[in-house]
Amino acid sequence: MSQDTHNHSHGHDHSHSVGHELPFWRKYIFSTDHKVIGLQYGITAVFFLLFGFGLMLLMRWQLAFPKQAIPLIGKLFTEDGVLSPELYNQFGAMHGTIMVFLGVVPLGVGAFGNYLLPLQVGAQDMAFPKLNLLSYWVYFIGGVIMLASFFSPNGAAASGWTSYPPLSVVADNGQTFWLIGMVFLITSSLLGSVNTIVTAIQLRVKGLSFMRWPVLVWAQVVTAFLLLLAFPPLEAAGVLQLMDRLAGTSFFLPSGLVVSGEALKVSGGGNPILWQHLFWFLAHPEVYVLILPAVGIVGEIIAVNTKKPLYGYKTLIYSIIFLGFMSFIVWAHHMFMTGMGVTMSTFFQATTMIISVPSIIILTTYLLTLWGSSIRYTVPMLFAIAFLPMFAIGGLTGLPLGLTASDIHLHDTYYVIGHFHYVVAPGSLFALMAGVYHWYPKITGRFMSDTLGKIHFWLSVVAINGVFMPMFFMGMAGVSRRLYDQTIYAHGAAAQPLNVFMSYCAWALAVAQLPFLYNMATSWKWGKKIESNNPWGGTTLEWATASPPPHENFTTPVEVFRGPYEYSSNKKPLPQFVQEA
Amino acid sequence: MSHGEMTVEEVKKHLRGYYVVFGALLCLTIITVAISYLHLPIHLAILLAMAVASVKGGLVAAYFMHLISEKKIIYSMLWLTLILFIFLMLIPIFTLHGYK
Amino acid sequence: MSVIIPYIDKPNPVTGVTNAKLGIWLFLASEVMLFGALFSTLIILRSSATDWPAHGSDVLNVPLATLNTVFLITSSVTIVLSWASLKMKNLMKFKLHMGLTVLLSFGFLIIKYFEYSSKFHHEHYPSTSTFYAVYFTMTGLHGLHVIGGIITNLYLMGPGSKMWKTEPERFTGRIECAGLYWHFVDLVWIFLFPALYLL
Repeated sequence: MSQDTHNHSHGHDHSHSVGHELPFWRKYIFSTDHKVIGLQYGITAVFFLLFGFGLMLLMRWQLAFPKQAIPLIGKLFTEDGVLSPELYNQFGAMHGTIMVFLGVVPLGVGAFGNYLLPLQVGAQDMAFPKLNLLSYWVYFIGGVIMLASFFSPNGAAASGWTSYPPLSVVADNGQTFWLIGMVFLITSSLLGSVNTIVTAIQLRVKGLSFMRWPVLVWAQVVTAFLLLLAFPPLEAAGVLQLMDRLAGTSFFLPSGLVVSGEALKVSGGGNPILWQHLFWFLAHPEVYVLILPAVGIVGEIIAVNTKKPLYGYKTLIYSIIFLGFMSFIVWAHHMFMTGMGVTMSTFFQATTMIISVPSIIILTTYLLTLWGSSIRYTVPMLFAIAFLPMFAIGGLTGLPLGLTASDIHLHDTYYVIGHFHYVVAPGSLFALMAGVYHWYPKITGRFMSDTLGKIHFWLSVVAINGVFMPMFFMGMAGVSRRLYDQTIYAHGAAAQPLNVFMSYCAWALAVAQLPFLYNMATSWKWGKKIESNNPWGGTTLEWATASPPPHENFTTPVEVFRGPYEYSSNKKPLPQFVQEA
Repeated sequence: MSHGEMTVEEVKKHLRGYYVVFGALLCLTIITVAISYLHLPIHLAILLAMAVASVKGGLVAAYFMHLISEKKIIYSMLWLTLILFIFLMLIPIFTLHGYK
Repeated sequence: MSVIIPYIDKPNPVTGVTNAKLGIWLFLASEVMLFGALFSTLIILRSSATDWPAHGSDVLNVPLATLNTVFLITSSVTIVLSWASLKMKNLMKFKLHMGLTVLLSFGFLIIKYFEYSSKFHHEHYPSTSTFYAVYFTMTGLHGLHVIGGIITNLYLMGPGSKMWKTEPERFTGRIECAGLYWHFVDLVWIFLFPALYLL
């Protein structure tokens, strides 16, 4: 709160002075420029994505070759080079946490939201620039705390990214780091989402009515509402779990709990299911926080590269809003196996089936936009097109999990892992990569290499399916998730060859990212220069200014004259910001 | 009418309202404490206490926070919050009655 | 060229509100969800307990808490009066009312301190029972909000009030936002008081 009233003292008469007069640390480290903050978010998030991916690459060695020493680097982690069960649990928990809260969300919301949203509504900066600066640094501190937990005496949190009690309450200190880190990350998201919503609603330029917002702006605003209203319950739950761990309370500890053969000395009377409710009250909307910015990015890229208006723009927008709204009343479908009664499970089964309808509508509008168009197969477009079937696989495989009868069989198996990774990895992450390729010229004034991009795309799309597709089969064979060594079970041993295959694919996927990273780093300086400020022929406001945009974004006043994706009959783009001749 | 553009006279009119609400809040505080000393059956006690608290909260929101004459954008946001708040309040109901 | 952010002192003609006002309401909306989750925790723990370990009306000091309620309600009036004083262009009266608000909030905290220390004195800690767990967590989190409010209000009364000379409208808007936050803190207490102390 105090930040909120103090920190919007920007713009106006004591706005910051011209960019190049500021010292380095004000310009690049503690900048209030949304573009710099967006890049800071982006770079930090990519670092965390690679880190979280790295954890999984190590775990995949253990999964493929149980109890064999990791070659070359194994000795760094344990004395004999074998990934120990304790470390395996820590890596698993932190992989999930880092990928979701420190990787994909900051990239989709923090980076793309920060960089593009003010440009797309025609604003010179976010509504509260200092608050924006604060959100980034609070996120950064949260990330540092998460990383630091690896060096705490008993290592990082090891109770899964869901941190279910009572296990998480009686767990080692890493869990305390996790909870404190989460409180920082949640606070950062809350500040950021206030900023996003106010910017989008208040700072719109003349003529930009709600129904002329680009789909990415809509996606970001709905996402911000999800973060704003779903995250606080988890913050509350985090505080309660901290109290359980530090002050000895029993919010989540039932009476008569026995740990390692001894009765736990707590007052008892708590309810472990309560945590699951509060956690999933956030974490289901969180799934849509992961996917909606991706949906927005794909929409933008498809419109530009088909040179067609998005089919059913209004339907698309209403679906996004409805999706966001419904995401608040499906949370307990993660908890069918907690022993709930028929009434409750039927209710959540019904809402879960309903929420699949707007998702399908979104996909359908995109497919219908592709239909009959002359597609320009740029690298971002390849990723955007790949997003559609990948997201569809992820979404459709969710239906059997939402139906109580089939969920009994599939719950907590590899099938679940396959399902949500299809949504988030070849879904969200492909879209985010598409976004990087697409807006790179906007940000740097240079293209990324097309050849490297195509290599990146084709290797990734093959490898990633090799990683996640077998998970469905393994899950249906009954292999549980989070197993350290599945070969100790007969059915697990039978499915073990799949695990080996998946591991090779995962390592191939890692190799496939090298051209991307190289491309991103070198094109900054040596990429092909763009010839015009609008190299793709975009119609939305971010293309109305120079690439890269100047400090104040728009040097001449802009105005909006029409909807976001309009083209003349000969496929000539009619940008929002150009009055028809 | 927005209180962003209120004149001095209008503010003065508001002032009287604040004192009236203040008096009402004090009275309601006394009432709710008094009720608690009656040791009513628990269900009735909860109902009454929450009813009084809601009236008090309503007064604060309506007059001190000026929700009685706010802009449409704030209302629509708060309606959304209210609906999601109700979803949040389903958690106790589900936890207490959903497991039968 | 410098960055210009519109609607920081005058409302946006389309929405009719300033940036800060929309922002503070969004922030309060998230606060509603935060305290809502805590209230639902209280409801769940209490309703599912076969024997609720303690009743606030028996073990907590109701007269002191009533006094605290009066303090917070009064501070809510004084902060809205401080805003009205600015509307009537009277900075001195603003400072007077804001000062009263801060004093009353300190009074609230002092009483809270005595309440807590008497509980600790009788060896009642958050770990004693679920009742005390809920009591300490909820009043503690509310207390943190009070402290946050005090810091904000002190700043606005002291160094922050310089803005009155340069940008009076924007300063008035800030006081309005600080007021909205403070009323919210009051509103939470209005529900906490019966839920924890009277039932």
